[in-house]
Formats: sequence, C-alpha cells, structure tokens
Amino acid sequence: MKSVLPVLTVTLTLIALWYAAVVPMNAQWERDQATRGGYTLTNAELISRTMTQSRPRLPAPHQVVGELWASTWVEERHGRRGWWNTGSLSNRSLVYHGWVTLSATFLGFVIGTGLGVALAVGIVYNRAMDASVMPWAIASQTIPIIALAPMIIVVLNSVGISGLLPKAVIAAYLSFFPVVVGMVKGLRAPDAMQLDQMKTWNASGVQGFLKLRLPSSMPYFFASMKIGIAAALVGTIVGELPVQQGGLGVRLLSGSYFGQTLQIWAALFAAAILAATLVGVVGLIQRVTLRRMGLAP
Amino acid sequence: MRDTVDAPVIQAQDLCLTFTTNDGPVHALKDVTLSIGKGDFVSFIGPSGCGKTTLLRVIADLEQPTAGTITVNGMTPDAARKARAYGYVFQAAGLYPWRTIEGNVTLPLEIMGYSREERQRRAARVLELVELKGFERKFPWQLSGGMQQRASIARALAFDADILLMDEPFGALDEIVRDRLNEEVLKLWARTEKTICFVTHSIPEAVYLSTKIVVMSPRPGRITDIIDSPLPRERPLDIRDSPEFIDIAHRVREGLRAGHIDA
Amino acid sequence: MIRLLAEVITSMHAGFWQKGGMIVALGYALWRSYGGEQPLAAILGVTAAIVLATMHETLRRRAGLALALNLTGIALALALAGQGLVSALPLADTGTVAGLMVSIWLGGWMLVAMLADLPRRPGLAGRLQGLLTPLVFGVTLIWLWEAAVRALSVPRVILPPPSMIGTRLVSATDILWVDLVQTFVKGALSGFAIGCGAAIVFALVVDRFGFLRRGLLPVGNFLAALPIIGTAPIFVMWFGFDWPSKAAVVVAMVFFPMLVNTVQGLAASEPMQRDLMRTWSASWVQALIFLRLPAAMPFIFNGLKISATLALIGAIVAEFFGSPTRGMGFRISTEVGRLQLDMVWAEITMAALAGSAFYGFWALLERRVTFWHPSQRGR
Repeated sequence: MKSVLPVLTVTLTLIALWYAAVVPMNAQWERDQATRGGYTLTNAELISRTMTQSRPRLPAPHQVVGELWASTWVEERHGRRGWWNTGSLSNRSLVYHGWVTLSATFLGFVIGTGLGVALAVGIVYNRAMDASVMPWAIASQTIPIIALAPMIIVVLNSVGISGLLPKAVIAAYLSFFPVVVGMVKGLRAPDAMQLDQMKTWNASGVQGFLKLRLPSSMPYFFASMKIGIAAALVGTIVGELPVQQGGLGVRLLSGSYFGQTLQIWAALFAAAILAATLVGVVGLIQRVTLRRMGLAP
Repeated sequence: MRDTVDAPVIQAQDLCLTFTTNDGPVHALKDVTLSIGKGDFVSFIGPSGCGKTTLLRVIADLEQPTAGTITVNGMTPDAARKARAYGYVFQAAGLYPWRTIEGNVTLPLEIMGYSREERQRRAARVLELVELKGFERKFPWQLSGGMQQRASIARALAFDADILLMDEPFGALDEIVRDRLNEEVLKLWARTEKTICFVTHSIPEAVYLSTKIVVMSPRPGRITDIIDSPLPRERPLDIRDSPEFIDIAHRVREGLRAGHIDA
Repeated sequence: MIRLLAEVITSMHAGFWQKGGMIVALGYALWRSYGGEQPLAAILGVTAAIVLATMHETLRRRAGLALALNLTGIALALALAGQGLVSALPLADTGTVAGLMVSIWLGGWMLVAMLADLPRRPGLAGRLQGLLTPLVFGVTLIWLWEAAVRALSVPRVILPPPSMIGTRLVSATDILWVDLVQTFVKGALSGFAIGCGAAIVFALVVDRFGFLRRGLLPVGNFLAALPIIGTAPIFVMWFGFDWPSKAAVVVAMVFFPMLVNTVQGLAASEPMQRDLMRTWSASWVQALIFLRLPAAMPFIFNGLKISATLALIGAIVAEFFGSPTRGMGFRISTEVGRLQLDMVWAEITMAALAGSAFYGFWALLERRVTFWHPSQRGR
C-alpha cells in the first residue's frame, strides 16, 4: 500500500509526458494546413488543434480513451450493426475483435499448459527424456519461434483448417515452453531431505508426486503461467496478421494500412487491457491458491 | 590492569534511541552511560532485543541516537567514521564472492586510496595475523565458515584503526571453531593493543575475552551492570575452570537474571 | 489377479517395452511387405531390431571399446533401416511405412535412453556426452521428418523435407545474409544496444531516488507484461519502413524488462555489506563500483538474456507491419505467400541460429563475469 502514491505519481508523469509530446508531434501538420489555407494560428489554437486531429501522428490520451469508448459501448449500443440492434456483436467493435483474440488465446493457453505440464512430468520421471528433450526445451526459449506463426497459419489454412484453431496452435506452442521449463524446475524444487523423508515413510511414487512434488511446484507453475498467457496473447495477435479474419492483430494491421492511427492505438490499448486482465486473473488465482496451501501470506 | 586515566576512547552520556514502528515507539536504548578506555576489551552481553547491537551501531554511526551524547576518539561518531577510526566485523563474514580473499582484504584500502604496494603489504601482514597465509587467491565460497570469519577480521584490521567493533562475530560458528577463534582474538588483541567492543550472547565467551563486561537488558534496552574483570591479560583456555572465572560468570548470570525480572 | 498383472508390468524394465515395441513394429512391416516388391527395407529393419535387442543387454555389462562398438552398431543399424525406408517406400503401402517409422522412432529413442543411462564422465568428455543425447534425439526427429515426408509424399507446400531446406540454406546464402544483416544487425542489435544502455543509465538515476524506484518498479513490471510488440505499426508509421522503425520497436520491448532487472539488481546487495561500505565511509560512486554493480550483475545479465530473445522477436514481427524488400520477417511473410516453404524454413533456421548465438554470447559472458554466483559455481 505504501507504493500507491509513487505509482500514481509515475503514472501521472507518464501521461503528462505523453500530452507534452502530442503538441510537437502533430504541430507540423497543423502548420502546413495553415500555410496552405493562408491563415495564421496562435499558439493556443495550435495546441488545441493538435489534440483533436482525426489522424494524428500521436493521438492524445483522451482521444485514445474516446476511441476505445466509441468502438466498444457506443458501437454495440447505438451502431447499426451493434449488438443492441442486431443481436450479434458488430465486426467494427473492439468487443468483437477482442473476443476473437481472447478465445484463441485462451484455447491455446489451455492446450499449451496442459501439454507443458505433461511433458514436464515426463522429463522429471524419465532420465532419457530429461537428457534428450530438456536441452531443446531450454534452447527453444532463446530462438524467435514466433517466426513460425505465418507459416503455420497459411499451411493449416491450405489443408482446410482455419478460424480459431491455427491461432490457438500458435498460442499453445508459445505458452508451452515456458510452462515446461518452469514446471520442471518446480517439480524438482523439493530438496533431498524432503525426498528422503518421503522414502522413510515408504510413500509410493504417486503419493510422492501428489503430496510433495506437485504442491512444491505450485509457485513455479503460476509464475510460468503468467509468462505463458502473455506469450499466448502475443502469439495470437501475430497469428492474426497473415489471414485477416478478425481479432486485435487485424485491427492493428488494417489501421496501419489505412493510416487510422486512432484505430491502432485503441487496438493496442485493448490488447494491453486484455493482457493485464489475463495476467491479473492468473495472479489472483495464484494468490488464492497459494494462500489456501499456506505458501503465501 | 592498565590504567584508564587518560581520555576515554568511547564516551556515552545518557544515550537514548527510540525507533518508531507501526506498533508504537520501541526504546532500543535508554539512558546508556558508558566510558571505554584505550586498550579495553569490552563485551556487551544480554538477551536479544536488549540493544547491544544497536549500541555498537550507534558507536559506528550506523544509527543516530535520539537523545544524549556520544564521542568516539573525542569526535562525533560521524567524524570518527570519516576518519576511519574503527573496523567493523559483522555476524556473517559478508565477504564479496566476486573477490579473492586478498581482494576482499584490500577492498577497504582501495576505497581509502592506498597505493597498490601498500595494499599488498598490509594484506599479507593481516592475513598472516589471522593465519590465512596461502589462501590469498582463494574465493570466499571455497573456504570454511571459520576461515571466512577470520578473513573478515583481517579485513577490519587492514587499515589499522585503533578500535575494533565486533557484532557477534562467532555467533554462527560451532563451539570448537569458536573456542579457537576466541583464543586467536585474544592473541591479536595482545599483539595490536587495540580497543575492542565485542557483542555476544555467550557468558563464557564474554568472561573469557573481556576486561570489562557490560550486562544489558531489554524493553527498554539499558545497562544493568558493568563488571571490571580481575582476570590477567594473559588467558590460557583453562582459565575457564578457575574460581575467579566462575565467580565473574556467576555475577554476569545474576545481572542478566535481574534484568529479566525487571522486565 | 489385477494386482499380479500390475506387479508384472512395473517389474519390467523400460527397455522391454522399447525392444518389444520395436520388434512388433518391424514384424508388422515385414509381414505387410512379404509379397511386395521391396522386401529389402523390412529385412534391414529386422536386422536392426535384432542387433538392438541383443546389444541393449550386453551394453549394461561391458564398458569401454565394446560400448563404443555397440553404439556404432546401433547407429549403423538405424541408418540402414532409415535408408531402406527412404529408398523403398514410395512403392510400399502405408502400413509398412507406419511400422518402419515406429521402429525407427523406438530405435532412436532406445539409443537416447542408453546414452542417458551411461555414467557421466568428468570434464570435457562429460560435457560432450551431455550434448550427445539431445543431438541424437534431434537427429532422430529430423530423420523421421525426412523419411515421413518422402515416404508419404507430403506436398512441399505443406512441409518440405529437411534435405530440401538444407539445400536452400546453401544455395540462397546471399539472400539469407542480406536478410540477417537487415533484421538482426541493423534492427535487433542497434535496438538492443540503445534499449539496454538507456535502461541501465535510467536505472542508475532511478536508484538514487527511493520514491521513483517504488513508483517505477510496479509500473515497469506491468508494462513488461504487455504486448508491446503491438506498437510496431505505430513505429513503422513514425520512422518509416527501414530498420530504424524496427530498432525503435526493439527499444520499446527491451527497455522495461532491462530497467526492472537492473533496478532490482542494484537493490540486491545485502544491507550488512552496505553498512560495511558506510563504516569505510565510501562515496556513492565507490559503493556503486565496488559493491552494488558487481552484486547487480546476475540481475543485469538476466535482463540482457531476456532482452536478447525479445530483440530478434521484435525486429522480425515489426517487419510484418511493413519493411523494405529485405529482412527476415519480410522474407518469411512473402515466401509464405508464394508457398516457397523451403525458403521460409531456411529463414527460420537462420533466425534460430542467430537467436541462440546471441543468447549464448550473453550466457557465456555471464558465466565469466558472475562465476562467483551460486547458480554458476560447480559447473
């Protein structure tokens, strides 16, 4: 709680810096307009105009918030194609595109985490898997596997798999490796003394797993899930670029095609809000679970 | 016994230190008055929370007293610190893992701007003093706990301050190593004639080492007894079985108990 | 009864299943190709299986030369089986292909299991031994890929065989090099240098002011978790299609992870050690140089390693939003569009090599600089 004031100050400073940057970034265009139109601008006019352009180089914070509001609530409530009027989400609203991205992210994350945990258990209990697979799992963290994304999308599309699944595949393999590495570390967290103690109680392998290894891996599990879900979101967004069938990635790309800066910024913020929510939800589950297990205060 | 007629090295008068915490003020030190002469070996003993470490930290200018006065070598602790008047040994060795033993010992000298030759000369001398000759090139984590603590004493000795402040330096070591190091500290003290302030919670250690034992008690941290030891400066280990030794130990124990009942 | 069965199952050595599975798979393949035109493959496969089955037992008892001979024998047998598979199989039926592939997989896996079971030698030999197992595993996978693609005649627009990718890697070196320079050297490296350098300098400033540190750490941690890569279209708009916009994306991506790590690192020295610095009345700069920077090194290197991977990712993905007609991301997206998948894979291989080399550089430097840290000792 002690950090509320500093965090608030830093956040406000960042927003102030943003506002301060808006004027010089957008001023040139206004001046050009003025010269072309043959009128002169006072400084006050110049500043107020830089904050209200429709295609600014750098939109002001309130413009981004306005665009976010317009492309969510206003679009769905009042828009011709909005949910209020048609009963289905408008394809011009960020609610729709956010949902497309979220569903693929979530599906991929669940698949990737499940497979990752399974592989981690295999690695911990099988020496051959440890020696052969683990180095690759670690090495794969150092390479830009996201470069595979466009190919996976196009190839899966060409064999008739399209829509949610290809993006989920990318999200899955991006969240897969952090989970494997984190879970292996977690399942190996019990020290020799604790493992020996299990042995003195003549505990079976399954008991040792359920009562010792699995509980001690939980902090690692949640830490890697946080990384995994953020990576899954990035994977989905990048996976949306080659085949444009909706999603925040598409909003980013089409915004940059048509110079719709406000659309880009709104999509970027929607993605950021989504990421923060997802990581926040995992963090919340982590807090509750660890507290119940007595691993956190 | 030496005469302590000349000006005391450390002089505290009605020293108070109060920490403000969420649970209200904590009186770590209350009305501490103490005078330590040159060449004294003073032990501070008491249960945890009695302020013995805090007092040492006040002397070292690591904490500021809230009331009262204290002088070190006739100066304020701040000025004494800047004049590099003392070496400080913590409970853990606190050596830098990225420096060799020699590199650790020369570190304060480097900070104080000694020349390279001088640094090496002094390091060789103090490492010999603590019997770590031949380990100059080793890293701290390659040494045992006792050896690490000896290296940290060497580091405190390296810049020839005449006061040595030791905060439970052997608290984390086992009894056998501790006995040996106690003997060595006594030898070191005899050879270098430094003034040593030594915090401990072991009665035999305090009695064996000190010329003056300061018994403290908690809540508020204060001095309950100051005992001048009649033991000679030359102390073989078996002095601990002599009746004088047992008498002093008894008095210390009484002092600790009295402080406990008060609280 | 069930309990008895369970006991029998658990008492069997894992090798049993591998051997048994392999023999069954090969037997099936042999049976299916009995009347076929190319029984050679199956015969070779069965030989391999017998060699493997006998050698696994002897391996446990013997050592030294015999061991090396056995391993060579197994590798050779595997090679023969694979060769038979590759040359024979367009003619054979799917069942045979599947049988042989399963036997290759089980054989390769057996070799891996044996290698993993070997006692670890000390020193360099042990390190090489540690590399051998994943290498054999990787080769088995690539081989299975090659064999499967050829035998099942997988269209090249879906999955090209590794040999074709290898050929492309050699024949298209000039293009790959141009792309590497554009994306890795100009985009990723410059962005990495600017971003990490700025973050470290800024961290030193932040560190002097406790208020700023308490405020910036949570904000930095929060920002580091966001999909910053989404800023790519904005930077492309601001700095144009060429590498400066890629470098800018990389700067934005690496700045906060690096800042957070450095600030944490600067706070990592123990209070006792800082007190010690005070008793020597060391100045801020002296305490920084002698204590806090060395103590921060594990954190700084952690940040550098995270940033190293982020840098290449940022540079490649930013090119998906617009680039000149060169660069890894550009090549990947256009060649995918032209269905030249061998080129895409070659480009991905280059990206993987560059990425792991860059990461490896920092990891090696870390080992030299932070040799004293518990995580680096005793390796």
